[in-house]
Amino acid sequence: MNWQVLVPLLALLAFIFLIGIWSNRKMQQSSSFLTDYFLGSRELGGLVLAMTMAATYGSASSFLGGPGAAYSIGLGWVLLAMTQVATGYFVLLVLGKKFAIVTRKFKAVTLIDFLKERYESKPVVLLSAFSIVIFLFSAMAAQWIGGAHLIQSITGLSYLGALFIFAIAVLIYVIIGGFRAVAVTDATQGIIMFVGTLVLLIGVIIAGGGIPNIMADLVAENPNLVTPYGHDGSLSAAYVTSFWILVGVGVVGLPQVAVRAMSYRDARSMHRALIIGTIVVGFIMLNMHLIGVFARPVLPGIEAADQVIPLIALETLPPWVAGIVLAAPLAAMMSTVDSLLLLVSSSVVKDVYINYMKPNASYQHVKKVSIGVTAVIGVVVFLMAIDPPDLLIYLNLFAFGGLEAAFIWPIVLGLYWKYANKHGAMASMIVGIGTYIPIYQYNETYGHLLGVHAVTIPVFLSLVAFIVFSLINKREPYYF
Amino acid sequence: MPKREEKTDWRFNLGRKEALIGCALAVFNIIWWYGFAYTLGSKPPEEYTYILGFPAWFFFSCVVGFVVMVVLVILVVKLVLVEVPFDDEEVERE
Repeated sequence: MNWQVLVPLLALLAFIFLIGIWSNRKMQQSSSFLTDYFLGSRELGGLVLAMTMAATYGSASSFLGGPGAAYSIGLGWVLLAMTQVATGYFVLLVLGKKFAIVTRKFKAVTLIDFLKERYESKPVVLLSAFSIVIFLFSAMAAQWIGGAHLIQSITGLSYLGALFIFAIAVLIYVIIGGFRAVAVTDATQGIIMFVGTLVLLIGVIIAGGGIPNIMADLVAENPNLVTPYGHDGSLSAAYVTSFWILVGVGVVGLPQVAVRAMSYRDARSMHRALIIGTIVVGFIMLNMHLIGVFARPVLPGIEAADQVIPLIALETLPPWVAGIVLAAPLAAMMSTVDSLLLLVSSSVVKDVYINYMKPNASYQHVKKVSIGVTAVIGVVVFLMAIDPPDLLIYLNLFAFGGLEAAFIWPIVLGLYWKYANKHGAMASMIVGIGTYIPIYQYNETYGHLLGVHAVTIPVFLSLVAFIVFSLINKREPYYF
Repeated sequence: MPKREEKTDWRFNLGRKEALIGCALAVFNIIWWYGFAYTLGSKPPEEYTYILGFPAWFFFSCVVGFVVMVVLVILVVKLVLVEVPFDDEEVERE
């Protein structure tokens, strides 16, 4: 076992526990358990808000899968990854102040609270809760599997042992701390991700003999690696551009991102988060993917894409620095998982249980149920990740695009279009998910329909469905 | 549902304006990103010029593009965005 790498990693975990405990003590002074556990009492400042958005969003894919793809595909994949810079400013500006004001007026704690008040429709609430639980549950399980693999590759433990460590660490601090713990640890993890990226970038450039040298090596190996079209010339402009919808502007429709747009303290925090978020997201995305490309001449012939970042860190950095740097992807996965875990349990407790089963639950009762449900979901994910069923892996493929296709218009038009109503929202969600899955399947078999990513067409179809079904039913303006 | 008055909260007009600014920034970002990548980058790789070690298309599209977006976001925040209270009580107090 490589203790020089392991010690900094363990120190990080210990630090995160301390933050969870601190948040828990703060929570005991607060008056509303629900708002505090699931939203951190809407008190997030600018730095924490920006970091928590970056950390939630930057998951295993930005640290392992993405750089791995850049390693095999070249600069074209870095170009694709840069579509994500938009998430730093777009979500906060578009949902922005109106969403913050309206959700406070509604006393909304979850995204579904907002949809419930806005559309006043039980089917909309139940369908949303159902999609959140199904899609996010599978997205979360996939991250657990990734986290366990990473711990496995660093420590040499068995998969089961690694999964167990990961699960215990996540569960303890989500359960004791709730949203505030998650947000504050996300911020810590965001900072770790930022610093880790910078250190690794410098290490790789030095190992490769400078950027001009690395580029010359890449051109010598395959000139396509430095074009926007990928190593085999197959990355078309239309396909890469359609990622603006999947990972750029469409992120507005992701519940785990939208819920953060209702948690900030005031306009000043939001303004600071805009600047910090754009810098942090852009910096991490640009540099992590560049590291993937630069790793190619330094360490040629890596087969498993997920291994590129761990291997290059161990190769180019002193062991204890590698430990800190590898804490970055682990931090990214943990922070994604903890936010998703909280979101899934808030959907079960707040949106279904309290809304429809026990509206007059007492403070103590809500607290017990929230913590209990969070723990139960965590244990279920753990059990499923031991031997992941095929269905889970299958659903995870759809999670991101499926949620965007379902929620983007009910959120955005619900906020800004006064004629939006429940018929439109229902139609939009059904059309969005209903067309996304078949188109995704079609693209897997026959190549990309119209040359774009599977999420593109459903997003347009669900917009049309939303407008048509809103207008043909009762046309009555809504005022907040 | 109680009938609400047809009166728009002044903060909502502001919110709408800021949402449009967000869309405008994204459109500008896409044009900049696409414009440099698929003009300079569509030449055969032997004709590429390099800036600071990067191919010119990549340098302008991704590196300069990112810096330009950061500068624009900072300008928008400092010059255009207005601080408003989020809670209704704060508005009534003023």
